[in-house]
Amino acid sequence: MSLARLLCALLVSIILAGQIVKPAYAADLASALTRFSADDFTETATAIDEIVATQAPQAEPILSALGNARLFVDMATKKVYWRTAAGVVHDALTGEAVASPPAPLSTVRVNNRLRRVLSNAIGALTLMAPEPQRRREAADAIFRSRDETALPQLEEAMKAEKVPAISRAFQHARASILVTAPGVTKEQRIEAITVLRDRADMGAIAALRSLNGTADAETKTLAATAVTAIEERLRIVGYVQNIWYGLSLGSVLLLAAIGLAITFGVMGVINMAHGEMVMLGAYTTFMVQEFLRANAPHLLEMSLTISLPLAFLVTGLIGVAIERGVIRFLYGRPLETLLATWGISLILQQTVRTVFGPTNREVSSPSYMSGAFDFMGLSITWGRLWIIVFTLIVFVMLLMALKHTSMGLHMRAVTQNRRMASSMGIRTPWVDAMTFGLGSGLAGIAGVALSQIDNVSPNLGQSYIIDSFMVVVFGGVGNLWGTLVSAFALGVANKFLEPLAGAVLAKILILVLLILFIQKRPRGLFALKGRAVEA
Amino acid sequence: MITQYLLSRFEKTGIAFIVIVAAMAIFVPLSNLLLPASSPFHVPTHVMSLMGKYLCYAILAISLDLVWGYCGILSLGHGAFFALGGYAMGMYLMRQIGTRGVYGNPVLPDFMVFLNWKELPWFWYGFDMFPFAIIMALFAPGVLAFLFGWLTFRSRVTGVYLSIITQALTYALMLAFFRNDMGFGGNNGLTDFKDILGYSVQAQGTRATLFFLTALTLLLTYLICRWMTITSFGKVLVAVRDAESRTRFLGYRVEHYKLVAFTVSAALAGLAGALYVPQVGIINPGEFAPANSIEAVVWVAVGGRGTLVGAAVGAVLVNFAKSWFTTGALAPYWLFVLGSIFIFVTLAMPKGIVGTLKEWSGRMRAPRDESKAPVAQPAE
Repeated sequence: MSLARLLCALLVSIILAGQIVKPAYAADLASALTRFSADDFTETATAIDEIVATQAPQAEPILSALGNARLFVDMATKKVYWRTAAGVVHDALTGEAVASPPAPLSTVRVNNRLRRVLSNAIGALTLMAPEPQRRREAADAIFRSRDETALPQLEEAMKAEKVPAISRAFQHARASILVTAPGVTKEQRIEAITVLRDRADMGAIAALRSLNGTADAETKTLAATAVTAIEERLRIVGYVQNIWYGLSLGSVLLLAAIGLAITFGVMGVINMAHGEMVMLGAYTTFMVQEFLRANAPHLLEMSLTISLPLAFLVTGLIGVAIERGVIRFLYGRPLETLLATWGISLILQQTVRTVFGPTNREVSSPSYMSGAFDFMGLSITWGRLWIIVFTLIVFVMLLMALKHTSMGLHMRAVTQNRRMASSMGIRTPWVDAMTFGLGSGLAGIAGVALSQIDNVSPNLGQSYIIDSFMVVVFGGVGNLWGTLVSAFALGVANKFLEPLAGAVLAKILILVLLILFIQKRPRGLFALKGRAVEA
Repeated sequence: MITQYLLSRFEKTGIAFIVIVAAMAIFVPLSNLLLPASSPFHVPTHVMSLMGKYLCYAILAISLDLVWGYCGILSLGHGAFFALGGYAMGMYLMRQIGTRGVYGNPVLPDFMVFLNWKELPWFWYGFDMFPFAIIMALFAPGVLAFLFGWLTFRSRVTGVYLSIITQALTYALMLAFFRNDMGFGGNNGLTDFKDILGYSVQAQGTRATLFFLTALTLLLTYLICRWMTITSFGKVLVAVRDAESRTRFLGYRVEHYKLVAFTVSAALAGLAGALYVPQVGIINPGEFAPANSIEAVVWVAVGGRGTLVGAAVGAVLVNFAKSWFTTGALAPYWLFVLGSIFIFVTLAMPKGIVGTLKEWSGRMRAPRDESKAPVAQPAE
């Protein structure tokens, strides 16, 4: 057996020596790999250590294949192969994929002791891995496991580390080991506690709570105060997180209500089909994405940008049609407008249900909408952030349009005194149609944004209509700033009540509070004063 | 003598309505129970139950017409009062199941056993007694309407604001009743009823009696609302509808009149719900859906608001159309029809069927003097 191995090693070295260019690790790796054919646990352990020492790029795949029982030896040639999870077989020595592996391959066996050796070896390999992401993951894994056997490798890796963020992750991992491991000096423990205290998250609390029992009283008190400090900080972060969620919900409410603030607030028209305009905007996004997927997949990333003007146009035109076809006959009869537009909403819903089916349609998110980032301990999703930014842009643009364009001037004139505006030569029916179109178009672009965070189904609009009315009524009819404040106030209030009462009860509480609030201030937070009130 | 008195108190449509409903109350149950199934005049039990359901809706519609047609309060939350009455009756029927439930618990309804509750919640006490349940069917909606109206009318919330917050009210109640830990059966609501006052709810005789009672209640509701609207009280209501500020300046406490009308209306709606549940066999939080309340408003609009009779006619017609549409291949198109009804009635027939008919007959009788025709001015 040992003669055979010697011969084989000799053979392999001769072959390798014959090659012109070969990496420095090749010979070491070859000799290490031959140990696997011995089918002996001690030999395998030595092989693992040697493979780690080679620093070869295929070291990590070889070792993880070994752990997953996917490392094989061809007993005839003593060559070693690994198979990936996908089923591709690679030659362990060269790392290249092998098209037709030799038939009888025997698996290299491992036992529990080897598995431990393996996981440490892989940990060491990943701690030194060239990719920063992998190094970071390895550091986090050690931070959680607090495995003291990893300490020497960790300290080794810390010396070599250049990236500050990963260096910090290594320090945290080291600190979490030092806090829990036995036989650590008091100074080291205290220093580790300080490091963990600065980390300030649930993981740090967990590490501090499992402080080694042999620590003296002073260290224990230090750890306890660190835990309290972190908890305090986390509580504040929790508040900020709630405010953030509230702002996010508020922006959704504002987006849904902003069109209504025009139709209801400025024109005094109760548009119960407003929610359906939102729904149609979302379906426009769906159609645009379907079209792009079929005809121009490279533009799919731009789908939202393309959908926005389209949705505005589609819903705006439908809005104008509704105003010309139904609502203009009902001016001065708001309750009947309410009923007629409810009828329109039923018809629109059923039309969409007939055309697109009653189930949810899949609307994909472009890459800039997905993912999250960490900001001062807050996890912020890009999608939500973009929706808030988008909502504010829409709001400012609407405000500008109303204040600084001649169309906006006409709109305000007709709202304040229809007959006077008419005498001044403003075409009031045209302005009515345009105003309603604007409100509906705004609902449409709200639909584009909401398609990213809600299910696109025929019922999409129904879930927003009551909330939107509440926002407009709470903020004060005819006042865009009131709508802004009330949307964010309702959003934040909702998110603060949620942890106390649960999501549904929070919503009920908000509704009840709103009903009571309207008793106190029937015209909303920012009521119009003076003659405009009874107009 | 009595006929003369009646004639002086009721217009023609009212008398026709009373006669028709009374005839239905008597003849439908009789024909169901006495005539053989082969007879062309036999009313099958399921048809009678369906008619009973329509009559319950008619009661709801009349109660809604009292506040909308006469007082100008467009309530988009009357479905909530209806459903509350229904829940009161449903709770009585649940208690009557006793040990016949799936879990056989003598006190707790099945869903409470399922949720691992050990005791009956306090608000279920007393619902094993029928009179208590009936009183609660009137009181629960009545008290809610009183509190809501007291707050709302006092602070002069009117018009669309009022409509929107009544809608919020029923929406909030719907969310609340969907919760399992509210103790009203959550999502599934209350169902699997066995018997009412000792008689099986499925039995033909019980169904006939229920139909009779429903028709009788419809008559009573009409008479109460009619009485409320033709007395001087009713005149003030109409004045509030047409010129609220002027009525207030004349020295009437507008909010009191509104409050009485709203509370009575809610209690009647609750009664309708209580009669509805044993005939339909289920009550669930879906009844609180804002869409249901708006649908009830369109019944009134179709029939003609401010006419009472019209409200009942509209409720029966629209629901008949709904049953006819939703049972066949035309089911997907019902919402198109309903939506079109909403638009058509508001645009082309603001006075509804009965209002339009009255106008025509008035014109035929006095073609030259149109100003005398009793035109109800719709409120806003």
